[in-house]
Amino acid sequence: MATLPGQDENFREQRQASDHESFLSHKRMRWLKIALVLCLVAVVSYFWIDVTPRHNGGSWYGYTLGTIGAGLIVWLSLLGIRKRNMSAGRWSLKAWTSAHVYLGLALIVIGTLHTGFQLGLNVHTLAYVLMMVVILSGIYGIAVYATLPAALSNNSKEMTRKQMVEAVAAIDRQLHDAAQPLGREDSDLVIAALEQDTFDWGIGARLSGHYRNCTTTRALNHFASDWSRPVGSEEPADKVRALLGRRKNQLDQIRRHMRIKALLEVWLYVHIPATIALLAALTAHIVSVFYYW
Amino acid sequence: MADQYRVAIIGSGPAGLSAAAHAAQLGMTHVLIEKTDHLSDTIFKYQKGKHVMATPSNLVLRSDLDFDAGKREFILDTWDDQIAGNKVNVQLNSEVTGITGETGNFTIEIMGGKMVHAEAVIMAIGTQGNPNKLRSPGADLPHIQYQLDDPGEYFDEHITVVGSGDAGIENALGLAADPKQNNTVSILNRGTDFARAKAANVKLLEEAEAAGRIFVRRETTPAEVREKELVLDTRDGQETIRCDRIIARTGSQPPRGFVEGCGIEFTGEDRGAFPRLSPSFETTKSGIHVIGALAGYPLIKHCMNQGYDVIEFLNGNLDLKPADEPILAEKFSALPGRRSVDEWLEIFRNNVVILQELSPLQMRELMLDSTVAAYSAGDVIFECNDPGSSMFGIAEGSVLVEVNPDDPSITVPIEQGSIFGEVGLISGRRRGSTIRAAEPTVVMELSRNAALKLVATTPSAARAVNAISVERQLLQMFGSGLTKEDVATLVDAAEVVDVRAGQAVIEEGAEDKDVYVIRRGSMIVEKKIGGNPVFLSYLPAGTYFGEMAVVDGSPRNATVKAAIKSQVVRFPGQAFVDLLERNPRLRERAMAEMAGRRETNSFIESRKDSFGSAVDMYSETARFLIDNGIGEATDVLLIDETMCVGCDNCEKACADSHEGLSRLDREAGRTYAHLHVPTSCRHCEHPHCMADCPPNAIKRGPDGEVFIDETCIGCGNCQRNCPYGVIRMDAKPPKKPSLLSWMLFGSGPGPGEASYSWRKKTAEKRGLESPKTAIKCDMCSGIEGGPACVRACPTGAAIRVAPEKFLTFTKLAEDAG
Repeated sequence: MATLPGQDENFREQRQASDHESFLSHKRMRWLKIALVLCLVAVVSYFWIDVTPRHNGGSWYGYTLGTIGAGLIVWLSLLGIRKRNMSAGRWSLKAWTSAHVYLGLALIVIGTLHTGFQLGLNVHTLAYVLMMVVILSGIYGIAVYATLPAALSNNSKEMTRKQMVEAVAAIDRQLHDAAQPLGREDSDLVIAALEQDTFDWGIGARLSGHYRNCTTTRALNHFASDWSRPVGSEEPADKVRALLGRRKNQLDQIRRHMRIKALLEVWLYVHIPATIALLAALTAHIVSVFYYW
Repeated sequence: MADQYRVAIIGSGPAGLSAAAHAAQLGMTHVLIEKTDHLSDTIFKYQKGKHVMATPSNLVLRSDLDFDAGKREFILDTWDDQIAGNKVNVQLNSEVTGITGETGNFTIEIMGGKMVHAEAVIMAIGTQGNPNKLRSPGADLPHIQYQLDDPGEYFDEHITVVGSGDAGIENALGLAADPKQNNTVSILNRGTDFARAKAANVKLLEEAEAAGRIFVRRETTPAEVREKELVLDTRDGQETIRCDRIIARTGSQPPRGFVEGCGIEFTGEDRGAFPRLSPSFETTKSGIHVIGALAGYPLIKHCMNQGYDVIEFLNGNLDLKPADEPILAEKFSALPGRRSVDEWLEIFRNNVVILQELSPLQMRELMLDSTVAAYSAGDVIFECNDPGSSMFGIAEGSVLVEVNPDDPSITVPIEQGSIFGEVGLISGRRRGSTIRAAEPTVVMELSRNAALKLVATTPSAARAVNAISVERQLLQMFGSGLTKEDVATLVDAAEVVDVRAGQAVIEEGAEDKDVYVIRRGSMIVEKKIGGNPVFLSYLPAGTYFGEMAVVDGSPRNATVKAAIKSQVVRFPGQAFVDLLERNPRLRERAMAEMAGRRETNSFIESRKDSFGSAVDMYSETARFLIDNGIGEATDVLLIDETMCVGCDNCEKACADSHEGLSRLDREAGRTYAHLHVPTSCRHCEHPHCMADCPPNAIKRGPDGEVFIDETCIGCGNCQRNCPYGVIRMDAKPPKKPSLLSWMLFGSGPGPGEASYSWRKKTAEKRGLESPKTAIKCDMCSGIEGGPACVRACPTGAAIRVAPEKFLTFTKLAEDAG
């Protein structure tokens, strides 16, 4: 139906080079390709180069792989600083994440070949095991980053965290007023529901989504539906039950949100401490290798 | 009893106070009449402790009162002291109800029957106006009040609040907040919903209603006020309720009616019009002067200077140069010829056609908001695709327009006295062509606000700009090879039509044969496929449409409707066909473009059968984005929630790139099909925030970004005017310890925006005081690498898009798939 005015907005397109693609497919999988080439070269050369008596970390070939691996580990761990240091410049954290993911995975091959499959109970193997822990936790991270965000979005239903918490507070104010005419036993249940902290639950409840001893659920079960009265009845018990139901729904939304967020974040509690331990073990590994040279 | 004075000054704001102080200094008999029981009511009503700014900083203050940026209390105390010290004759609690008489003998009537006689009158009443009064019988009873200072002082009363705006709701909530006060609070709303109020207030009100703390009466108006009773008109007839106090918050009446009632003419019918003034601030009613905000000068310093100046003029000092003279002198010093300010003002006024009707005072004001420049032959004035919404006038010389971007040698001249750049002003889009000086040339550049004000207040300028812009838009659109003569018939037949958001310009299946050009705003094209409207494309300003039906004589094959409030130019189809017939090359081009569009349409139609859900999804997504302001956006942040892990690194990066405050709220905002529009600036084509900025601090920058410069006075107008809620008012926080010291020693709040308490505590500790100013996204202009929000997203969820690039079928379908 129409014609656009002629526009040559190259400058803007350059600036808007934020293509709509995920870190996994960034720049048509550039870093996956680089990582694959790196692995391929490492594997082929491993079988190509004859190290006597057998492959080990101490040969010139082993040193080469070790240096590459150590360099990668240090660079990969710098992501934490890159992310927080918001300097000017033509860098994108997405490109860093993409490289971090694929080069980190490549470390499995490089690190393993560096060991020459000689593992034992020593500081060298400790570094290797820590590295694998970091990588495995990272793989979990990739998996949840790729699958959970849509669920987080579906659950939020355009509400912010603050709005969710405020919604509970709003229901609570109404519940408090509505429960005034109730008897002692009933109102104690409502009070227990109101007094229970929304957030003071253990990591187990947060990750599993099972909140045992939830006083709102208990109160809701107590006020069993009385179907003899019409929907929207003004009977105090009915009003309280309706409000408790709304409170339960609102809590469920918050709990689902916290569960998904916890699943998205929990691996970092392994990934990052293990990285720091790895850096320490790696230092010990390198120092001891050169000390006993 | 009546008093006789040389001058009566009405209103004790900065302008009136300054005038009264100077009259007292000169020993002129005077009276300062103030409606309330204190001086300077507008500033008095500012929030406690508000930091008042003193822009523009390059303007000298010419007044007997002191004024510098500082706290509200300090400024008010200073003025109170100095007014007392100058022995100014003040009459408080005196509301003026009318002014009669002629110059030399005016009678000023004051509510309560008192009269004041004066030879001259200075009106400095500002723009606040008076609150709207209730109109029902009994509206003069004493238990009706129009303001509520402290809701805590009322107990055991039945109180009715009239008005459904924020003021009314906030008053009602305040009165019902503490159950111990035992008030019975009702609020009346003429309509069924509270559309004018903030969503947060409406929510609180609905909650209070559900809890039984406030009675909300919808579709109800007061019918009669009685002692202790209020009769209501409800949907189901009249009803009487007990009522001890009525609080009426139904908006206020602008002062224009009162001013016109005194016999003073305005510059136009428009809401933005001002009283017509002489260089000495005299209105069309001889002897009555208007100064300050009412005269169109919202800044305190301007007002105070005018107060001083008008008294000088009345005292016979007609040679007084306005205080802005040095600013203008500096402006003109860049021009060749060593002419005086007055000479230059006359040259611009006489030579630039659209300025010829302006008064010297208007001319001065316009020049203050404009820049001037001299160019040598061949100099570029602006380039094609530069962002810019200013308009230029040629005072001396002429310029050449490069109409063909591929061949700079093809040019069209624009002669002395004419204007250029008006398409950018009207459409809000980038410059369509490069413009060079043809010979040594002197031009003035009118800022967007100055140009809009000129067009709004000077009908002849509006007509000239309209005619020129329609012609230029046609020439530009159809590309090279056309001349003014070619399009003359089209221009003559053209008609500018305003279109509401959502209104259809062309209906599918209709037989009309007009061709349209979008002058401002944007359109969407929809076609009914299988009974459902399917979104075909988005048309930005500058696009033409409707020519297909004209060329093949078929009925309209799609509906075109406005995405936002827009303006189109309508041409008769026959004139367009004639033009094509006379210009075979143009015809060829139009045919090629039409073929391309037919292809897109049939592509989507064919897709509808095989990928029906993808097409529906695309249509819905496009509609959702338009509903959320993307139709008027130029560059907007979107978040793909299939990738967003909620790390808020975008917000942190935003804060750390801009002095520690985030200009975006990732979580807030609407979402459709996992596409989230966060609360963040859309950089609108016609920014709502720019509409009412007293120091003109909101501008469009070189990359098209809308930004607020350091002259912001923190008034909050832009925040209120932004329909998307993306502007916040906050003080610049203290500097944080470095990232390294946070990582190693845990000092400071870490990356991202520091908590309010940290900012407040640290600022106090370091003895920093900074005013709250308006803060919004500036698209990270000047920061290498571009917008930090996008650069800092670890997963690729944050993207910035322009609507004409994003709202296309391929893009959305590909993203949806």
